[in-house]
Amino acid sequence: MLWILDNIFNKLCSKLTDFMFLNIVDNPLEKGCRSPNRHFVNKTENNKLKYFKMKFYCLSNDPVHACYVLSFKELMIMLDCGLVMETVLNFLPLPLVQSSKFSTCSNWNHPKLNDGELKKAGNNIFIDSSPEFQPPLAKIIDFSEIDVILISNYMNMLALPYITEKTNFKGIVYATEPTLQIARFFLEELVEYIDTTPKPNQASKWKEFSEFHNLNNLNLELHPLKWKKLFTLDEVHKSLSRVQIAGFDQKIDVFGALEVKPVSSGYCLGSANFVLSTGLEKICYISGSSTLTTQAKPINQNALKNSDVIIMSGLTQAPHINPDAILGDLCLNVVLTLRNNGTVLIPCYPSGVIYDLFEILSQKLDDSGLSTIPMYFISPVAEHSLAYSNILAEWLSSTKQNKVYIPDEPFPHANLVKNNRLKFFKHIYSEGFSAEFRQPCVIFCGHPSLRFGDIAHLIEQYGSNSNHTIIFTEPDFPFLQALAPYHPLNMKVVYCPIETSLNFQQANKLIKDLKTEVLVIPKVYTNPPNIAPNRDDLVIDRQIAKQIITFKCGDCIKLPLKRKKNQVFVDPDVALSVIPQEVMNGVKLAPLSGILDVKDNVYNIRSVDMNCIEGVPKQLLNSLFKKQVSYEYGTMNQMDIDMFLNKLKQEGITDIKTSQTNENDGILTTKIKLINEDISIDISDKGTHIHCGEGKQNLRIKIRDALLSCLNKF
Amino acid sequence: MPDIKVTCLGAGQDVGRSCILLSMGGKNIMLDCGMHMGFNDERRFPDFSYVALEGPLTTYIDCVIISHFHLDHCGALPYMTEIVGYTGPIYMTHPTKAIAPILLEDMRKVAVERKGESNFFTTQMIKDCMKKVTAVTLHQSVMVDNDMEIKAYYAGHVLGAAMFWIRVGNQSVVYTGDYNMTPDRHLGAAMIDKCKPDLLITESTYATTIRDSKRCRETDFLKKVHECVAKGGKVLIPVFALGRAQELCILLETYWERMNLKYPIYFALGLTEKANNYYKMFITWTNQKIRKTFVQRNMFDFKHIKPFDRGYIDNPGSMVVFATPGMLHAGLSLQIFKKWAPNENNMVIMPGYCVQGTVGHKILGGAKKIEFENRQVVEVKMAVEYMSFSAHADAKGIMQLIANCEPRNVLLVHGEAAKMEFLKDKIREEFKIDCFSPANGETCVIRTPLRIPIECSLNLIKKELKAYNAQPPDPKRRRYFNGILAMKDGKLILMDLPEVWKEFNGINRHVIKFSSLIKLETASTNFQIVEEIHSLIKDRLSAWEVKIVDGQSIIIESVVVKLNEENADKNLCVSWESQDEDLGRYILGLLQTIS
Repeated sequence: MLWILDNIFNKLCSKLTDFMFLNIVDNPLEKGCRSPNRHFVNKTENNKLKYFKMKFYCLSNDPVHACYVLSFKELMIMLDCGLVMETVLNFLPLPLVQSSKFSTCSNWNHPKLNDGELKKAGNNIFIDSSPEFQPPLAKIIDFSEIDVILISNYMNMLALPYITEKTNFKGIVYATEPTLQIARFFLEELVEYIDTTPKPNQASKWKEFSEFHNLNNLNLELHPLKWKKLFTLDEVHKSLSRVQIAGFDQKIDVFGALEVKPVSSGYCLGSANFVLSTGLEKICYISGSSTLTTQAKPINQNALKNSDVIIMSGLTQAPHINPDAILGDLCLNVVLTLRNNGTVLIPCYPSGVIYDLFEILSQKLDDSGLSTIPMYFISPVAEHSLAYSNILAEWLSSTKQNKVYIPDEPFPHANLVKNNRLKFFKHIYSEGFSAEFRQPCVIFCGHPSLRFGDIAHLIEQYGSNSNHTIIFTEPDFPFLQALAPYHPLNMKVVYCPIETSLNFQQANKLIKDLKTEVLVIPKVYTNPPNIAPNRDDLVIDRQIAKQIITFKCGDCIKLPLKRKKNQVFVDPDVALSVIPQEVMNGVKLAPLSGILDVKDNVYNIRSVDMNCIEGVPKQLLNSLFKKQVSYEYGTMNQMDIDMFLNKLKQEGITDIKTSQTNENDGILTTKIKLINEDISIDISDKGTHIHCGEGKQNLRIKIRDALLSCLNKF
Repeated sequence: MPDIKVTCLGAGQDVGRSCILLSMGGKNIMLDCGMHMGFNDERRFPDFSYVALEGPLTTYIDCVIISHFHLDHCGALPYMTEIVGYTGPIYMTHPTKAIAPILLEDMRKVAVERKGESNFFTTQMIKDCMKKVTAVTLHQSVMVDNDMEIKAYYAGHVLGAAMFWIRVGNQSVVYTGDYNMTPDRHLGAAMIDKCKPDLLITESTYATTIRDSKRCRETDFLKKVHECVAKGGKVLIPVFALGRAQELCILLETYWERMNLKYPIYFALGLTEKANNYYKMFITWTNQKIRKTFVQRNMFDFKHIKPFDRGYIDNPGSMVVFATPGMLHAGLSLQIFKKWAPNENNMVIMPGYCVQGTVGHKILGGAKKIEFENRQVVEVKMAVEYMSFSAHADAKGIMQLIANCEPRNVLLVHGEAAKMEFLKDKIREEFKIDCFSPANGETCVIRTPLRIPIECSLNLIKKELKAYNAQPPDPKRRRYFNGILAMKDGKLILMDLPEVWKEFNGINRHVIKFSSLIKLETASTNFQIVEEIHSLIKDRLSAWEVKIVDGQSIIIESVVVKLNEENADKNLCVSWESQDEDLGRYILGLLQTIS
């Protein structure tokens, strides 16, 4: 890298020969958008100690719908803002129209609670109220102190309105463009489902008694008092308007202290992992990731290599299922049902895996001679979701991306819509649906929890006939509990969870390849999953990182990131004033001094302009800046002392008495006394002490110079 | 200080054939690789022999960056990669990568099939060339190699147009390509952050123009078109297939709709639908409004605009025709022009800049007769209108961009020499920074400051921070910083002195300490003496931290003034270490004067 073109720089480099291979890199922190002005001084004052420590808080009990907070270098960074929705399975479904099943189900009376808050449906007990969700834990940290929220994918953004609109959060939210848009679809759909089926009564008494907290044997750790009703559409829009768009590999400057870079995680459209780095430390947050390449841009593993700390969550929710066979299973069941004149229901989210399902199923139907069978996609955001997916070329896998250059739509569903194979409607009661609707067919419809959305009506409609089939593809909800209130059912139930995120085997391999010092994972990843307690292979291998730290919901842990160094910049004229001395083989030392400028956490040392200093005696200017100082090193052995005495002699100092003692704490000391002068010199391994009476300064300087010539210094 | 060198192979005090060589930090970067529309000989391509007299360029050029798909910015790329020879990295945005090959193919056809030129690249060469291209997204930071990083910003000029920030080591440059600082009907305005590059290379097509408001120009355009067709005339609008054409189509479409007009509008290009498809697919690159409404209504589905057929040229009655290419230098637009020019009822509207040598340039200059290669002479009786719809930044926009990104130097390209001169003065005056405008073949050397990054022990920083925070807040206070710079294994670390002895076991410090006694003859109490000395030293040495320890010692750096009491005699022992010689001597002298 010989790009040293200029004389001065040459001079500098020849002086500091060791520099020659020095890689002069720019401080990446200097780049990118400056964040809004903040009062660093105040923050520094308050958090003097925080600056040098890294803490990690876990605010969610679900590693897939995660929410963590990292405090580091005066910053509070929230990683993801996932919404735990499993709670809604405790509630009675909200059918679109008066349902004979759910409006007539009997009260379940308990000695402690008998006023109709609880109802029996099927064989289980449900709460008769508007469903509630579990947002990130409050009261562990002060949300107003959060500086930045980083969203890794749209599934992990659904609790955002709780934070931005219902707390005094003042920071910035970063997400990729697809994440923002698709999260908007999810949120708008969710709010519309709840809003179209209002419940007059709000049950709350059941929360007081722990025996009602987990009626359906769910994996819920948190107290229902922490559950919340859903936000409004207005809050969704306000919340999303706070999100700033970030692209893959875009370096985002966070108050000069940190550089954040979203890198592709391969899991879904726009999904990202985050690399947080200062000039010297690197922390990676690995959220939902996938090594498969179906739609999204492939995972960028290189960017995650050699980190100090990796935080990993969002692994597969169906670890015990062999994913290879699933798609075949699914297609087979669809074809069988359709051949039987039955209709297939597929509960789904409005984006994601369904794009693949449209593609795969349409092919499968063609191959099976069922090309005339229509597919319906029912969602309030169906049209937007389909249209939007086809303008995201930059975020797609290369196969899909290359189609755009033709130009062709990257996803085939645009063609399916054009050819009337795939039809979309906002609702099953939307205009035109009944006219267009033909059976048998395949219906994609939300919500996968089966507690709200048009699917609730469709299950009631098709549930009694064994010709029909319902296929569960979303692994977010346990399907047995989801179906529980609809019993008795005759329709076929098939569980084909399509899970693209990393399984344990892939995760172990990934981490091994990435070589990290510290791995931080949820505690549940160190034990076999509840569904398959004997599968010892479904855990994160203890050996893959030098140190593994686990956490659970509500934990605050210290991360062992020992910052020892920081990057500073030195102006060339300061560097030029440096005179390095070789003190050991390959080690050169030199005192360096200057004026420190700290701006946006970037440290810069510039030279001192001596003329501008006032209020300092002239002869002390050098002293103030420690300019031209030097430090002596080495020991004075007998030979050196003899040399020193010789030198003194040359200066005319001859009347000397030498003695050796070890009276000072046993340290061997040579005492030299100038007999007629009030001066004595103590020389030991540690140093030399010159005692000198009044008015002997000239003599002292002579002695000093003689001594300095016998010692090494830098 | 290290330099940045810029040499224009094209676009130096000139518009057309943009090709700028940039050297910094030992890397050579080619910015754009365009062709000149005004020439038919070898001058249309940049003079690659400047880079290497013969043979491939790969060893001499580290990367090529293409700002947008206009041929004067990418037209020579296949020639360079396939005929001259270059296999290194090429970067452009996704839309540019999608659209550029179409325009290149279009031009190739005109040049080879219509003009019968040889020594031109082939269709296969365009394909091979595009295979070498790496597509980038906006704001993505791409590491070209360990030292070089590039990042694209939105430029707004045409779909996919980008400005590029390029960093090598500590030096950085922004190359704007062509850009537009005011949003138009389908694109947004250029945007850049305060990236403070060492050098900003900006286009300056409209260096002296401050364009009137967009709306006025649009009304003007519509009025002229309407008047012409109303009296039975034919309107020819030469355009390039993608870019301005789409904006003017949107404009006419909405006007026709609003005024309920029935005159036919034709878009003379098989590409129309394809072109609009690109716009639809890359809708994320268009402006907010189009992006928001694209699901309900695709702005690029035109009701009134129909494909053109060559046979329509001689049709009677009024019509509006969009035809390519935009500068009337070849192809269908020229063919139509030849037919329509002699009729004074007709009109040609040139919506963009025309480079020298093209028919467009000639008629804009007022030429009434055009002579062609085959001795054919065409009389120009039709009305010739120039409407500046080229989406370039005007003088105000250029100044705004400079203000936004705060460069240390500015270099003007892609403009006319006289206009550049004017803008140069303005930039120097307003921003107090240096400004250059090299001619083609001339090399500009720009000096840049250097900052050396080193690692610094956190202890040292903590110590300084503690001392700084202990003082009363004063924003003007200087923060003195010192430590020991250690060089080992090619690494630089700034350490605190005690750390040096710990880190390097082989060496021990040898402290040289001096002590002197001063006898005191005073009746004051110990407390008074210490206080008095303390305030005296503090007063004289306000820049230092002066501490009292144990009620009997005063400490400034390594200087210790200690009050001793022996048999009712009081004395001061002043001691210091050799590095504080000046300070120690000063304090000793100070105390001697008062004793």
